[in-house]
Amino acid sequence: MSNPSTSDTRPSPEGVGGGLDRGNTTMGALVRSLRTGAPILPFLVYVVLGLGIPTVVIFNFAFRSGTGQLTWSNMRLITTGQYLTGFETSIKLGLVTAIIPGVLGTMLAYAIATSRREAPKRIVAATSGVLANFGGVNLAFMFVASFGFVGVATKWLARIGLNPWDHGFNLYKFSGVAFVYMYFQIPLMVLVITPALNGLRPAWREAAENLGASSWRYWRHVGLPVLMPSVLGSMFLLFGSGFSAYATTEALTGGTIALTPIQIGAILQGNVLSGEQNIGFALGVGMILILMASVLAYSFLSRRTSRWLR
Amino acid sequence: MASLTVEDFTTSEPSVDPYSSGRARRRRIHWGRGVVLVLGFAYFVVPLYAALDFALQNIQGGFSFSPLTQIAGQPGFGSAIWLSTELAVVTMALTMALMVPTTIYVHLRMPRFRRFMEVITVLPIVIPPIVLVIGVLQASPLWLKSTPYLLALVYVVLAMPFAYRSLDAGLGALDLKTLVEASRSLGASWIATIWRVLVPNLRTALVSASVLTLALVFGEFTVASLDNWTTLPVWIANSSTNNPHVATAVAMIALLATALVLTVIVSLDRSQSRRSRRS
Repeated sequence: MSNPSTSDTRPSPEGVGGGLDRGNTTMGALVRSLRTGAPILPFLVYVVLGLGIPTVVIFNFAFRSGTGQLTWSNMRLITTGQYLTGFETSIKLGLVTAIIPGVLGTMLAYAIATSRREAPKRIVAATSGVLANFGGVNLAFMFVASFGFVGVATKWLARIGLNPWDHGFNLYKFSGVAFVYMYFQIPLMVLVITPALNGLRPAWREAAENLGASSWRYWRHVGLPVLMPSVLGSMFLLFGSGFSAYATTEALTGGTIALTPIQIGAILQGNVLSGEQNIGFALGVGMILILMASVLAYSFLSRRTSRWLR
Repeated sequence: MASLTVEDFTTSEPSVDPYSSGRARRRRIHWGRGVVLVLGFAYFVVPLYAALDFALQNIQGGFSFSPLTQIAGQPGFGSAIWLSTELAVVTMALTMALMVPTTIYVHLRMPRFRRFMEVITVLPIVIPPIVLVIGVLQASPLWLKSTPYLLALVYVVLAMPFAYRSLDAGLGALDLKTLVEASRSLGASWIATIWRVLVPNLRTALVSASVLTLALVFGEFTVASLDNWTTLPVWIANSSTNNPHVATAVAMIALLATALVLTVIVSLDRSQSRRSRRS
């Protein structure tokens, strides 16, 4: 709530809201803040209806049995058997598609950020913006056509004796899904890490070198400590996007891989045992909790970052 | 390494200290950068090229444009395109009607509320589509579930972060208060101020917000397929078993169209930021 004295000294753009309830009472302040907030009411109502109520419903049903009694049994069920495996595989997929694209994306972004020519910078910035928004069915098809069992790129690689399918690669299993995710995860990393890399001042490197530091010592004592929070924070963001992706995997594997999003999809399509109707809600709660933790970690780390990089 | 010597002389950055950048080190960095860029380029271009190659093959595997000519005649393709277009129009209209006045008002009168807006627009990341759809299907009344417009209502929620971020950036580059005060003191109503002063100034932000929304609706698969509506992505996924070449051709056209449109936005954004930096 705004303190009346400060809000009165601030010039209001066109004078509405002054005069009538200028009193120092809490009632007046309440009326005033309600009046100030009124124009964003439609937005707030939409958020409550479109985001709030579905979330409440998910949490509510996650803790109810098929007959409506409060119960922990759904939550207990998702921490065992196939559902636990689903969470484990999803978290593993999220980690793999956060760490590898995180490192590769940082390297790519660094190669670009230190380039003195403008053209590659511009091209990579534009391409990353585009590719980070790829994903879903179209991306899955692109990879089936290129790295599928009889895909075009597979044939090229087979011709030089490097058919990936002969070396443990399967586009429709974990390795393939992780490979496909990198197509949008690396550009996403380039997008979110570039501002941090641009904040890495050349003067620091020059100072370190003038003091006799080797390239390795510069990175060990200056570059990495400054960058680490933003790199880790961005990786949490990538984790969230890899952990919760559904469309790409569903289109690629047809739902044959045991990931939590795929299991939720299967339940919604009616593939569920009797007595376990509410398991989908419990899986949703599990995903929300994990994603919330990673977004909190991201925002904590990005706040730490702003101390050095701006 | 001819480019190296050229660059040494044409570099326009006065901040570079000649003592710190020995030739040997710089050559090493150039070499490493080259490798990284070439590998990155290969990873992103090879699948694209391969898929285009696959999309332009007939059943026998020879080069042919026949998958392209067959697209329009595929059963269900027309209605899928139509449904996606309809949803895109409704979603864009709703998103703009909701987000434009709200974002302008928050910038103008409730600056402290911006932090709250940012939290709200991050929520769709915490509650991804696959989770949101469970709650939405459970909570919506039957009459709403029986129309495809439920999808548009959900897409508005999914589009909020993109729309907010574009508009927030666009408004941040304006001297909003001066514009509004000038317009209001000349006697313009609020509607006239928004429509005749702010909207023209926010053109770039509005274009990028609506195009991102468009790309979202035309690519969204999760909610549409689980709500059993055959939008374009659902149609592509379903038709792949009948004719994979045609399905890939449609997928590639969709990807390239998205890429084209997004590239236009990125360059619009750049020209806007250059303009605001100059002023």
